[in-house]
Amino acid sequence: MKRRAFLKNTSVSGAYIGLGGIFIESCAAEQRQVTILHTNDVHSHIDPFPSNHSEYPNLGGVARRASLIETIRKENPNTLLFDAGDIFQGTPYFNFYGGELEFKLMSMLKYDAVTIGNHDFDNGIEGLFAQIPNAEFAMLSANYDFSNTLMDGQVAPYKTYTLDGIKIGVYGLGIKLDGLVTKKLFKETKYLDPYEMAQDTERILKENEACDLIICLSHIGYDYQTEDRPSDLKLAALLNFTHLIIGGHTHTFLDKPTIVQNRKGLKTLVNQVGCYGVNLGRIDFYFDNRNTSPQAKGISISV
Amino acid sequence: MGLKIKHFVIFITIISGGSCRHNSTHLSQITSSQTRIDSSLRASGAFDEFIAPYRSRLNEVLDSTLAYAPQTITKEDGQFNTSAGNLIADIIFSEANPIFKSRTGKDIDFVLLNHGGIRSIISKGNVSTRTAFEVMPFENSIVVVALDGHVISEMVDFLRDSGQAHPVSGIQIILNSDNILNSFMIQGKPLDLTRTYNVATSNYLVTGGDNMTFFKKAKSIMDTDYFIRNAIIDYFKKVDTLSTVVDDRFIKLH
Repeated sequence: MKRRAFLKNTSVSGAYIGLGGIFIESCAAEQRQVTILHTNDVHSHIDPFPSNHSEYPNLGGVARRASLIETIRKENPNTLLFDAGDIFQGTPYFNFYGGELEFKLMSMLKYDAVTIGNHDFDNGIEGLFAQIPNAEFAMLSANYDFSNTLMDGQVAPYKTYTLDGIKIGVYGLGIKLDGLVTKKLFKETKYLDPYEMAQDTERILKENEACDLIICLSHIGYDYQTEDRPSDLKLAALLNFTHLIIGGHTHTFLDKPTIVQNRKGLKTLVNQVGCYGVNLGRIDFYFDNRNTSPQAKGISISV
Repeated sequence: MGLKIKHFVIFITIISGGSCRHNSTHLSQITSSQTRIDSSLRASGAFDEFIAPYRSRLNEVLDSTLAYAPQTITKEDGQFNTSAGNLIADIIFSEANPIFKSRTGKDIDFVLLNHGGIRSIISKGNVSTRTAFEVMPFENSIVVVALDGHVISEMVDFLRDSGQAHPVSGIQIILNSDNILNSFMIQGKPLDLTRTYNVATSNYLVTGGDNMTFFKKAKSIMDTDYFIRNAIIDYFKKVDTLSTVVDDRFIKLH
């Protein structure tokens, strides 16, 4: 069943179908598939945009996203769902209910983990803390130190998941709060260097946790033209073990993931799907049981 | 499936020269796609049902009529002052001054906002809380800054040169046709360079928004923690009819 799904999937890229076939036939490897679904910067957009909206007419809507996610989970139960932050702020739903509905709906959608965006501090650290009872998903941040705040103990640097024998490690990264969020809101939250914390965390996930797949949920932003600020593209080039960075903050609509060469010369994917729940991103990782010889490190990528 | 899926395949193929060894998980391939959330997707009934009471309560509050606009109020109907700008600046003055006075014993001298901060017209007809959200979608609060007289003078130069109808209340600026300052009054009195003035504005502008850099020279800043939008809503609740016109608070002589 999974093999059929794999062949069907690969058939869209005709040039590689032969190659895929060779692997399966010569090794008879059992293929396992992990599906990663993701959103970012949904900003309290619960209802679809009105049909007369100038930018996103009749797009988005949580109830539609729910049925799509349900369909995908039926196809592949080995699915994880993530959000890269800025869940809050953008519609009166947030002003009226303080993020309660956003968190409840994300729990119903069975989000597995999120990272924290700058706007998630908009009702202060107290406002975020107040919504924790409605969150049945993990909140991850490797570079926010909440130890002197109400949020102490509510946020982990990373979390691991094992699906079909494949171990997946996920960590979060947040943007510098000074100058972006009023100190009165984020209080004693400490922002640590995202590059260093990402490198530390991915090493723990690789070496200590022995993860097969490592994913970063980042709200630091995709790319900045003029400023020398941390970004996902720069981060990707500095990492050793992370396979995928799911980004946010810059509301960047990417047609497809950007491929960046990491520190080891391997490829890291950086993806972001715009904002307001207009898109759902999906990355499928296929695993087999074959080992590789140490000298065979060539990676061919076709987009 | 009828879904608009942008589909493409990324292969990460590790070229293997050796024989197959099992019991080792090996990432062999990555594919990616993106689905647009549009009307081709069925909306989940369970989710719709869950959202419905939140939505109806929200709409009930947002759409209940608070006041009436006898004509459309816009920030485009005057060169240096407009019906919308005057209304919002006057609202900030009337709603924030009692708060400032109760906390400091002092009065606000005048209000300065930015033209770009008014995000929507107020259409002729019933005015609701939703109207206030349209006009002011941002969570900006009213802050009162203390500015020295010579900084106020810089501010007037900025307003003269900006060419924009930045909303003001409590001051009058008259420019000659050659753009030279003809007169400047605060609460009906000329500027006193030795005095400190209390200026109500948006926290956005105090942090350098819209190039109003003179706010960085504030002697003190007091955040009222009162959202501009809430001040607008509170005012709408107090009045039956919104009466605002383009007047002579900021004009250029011909």
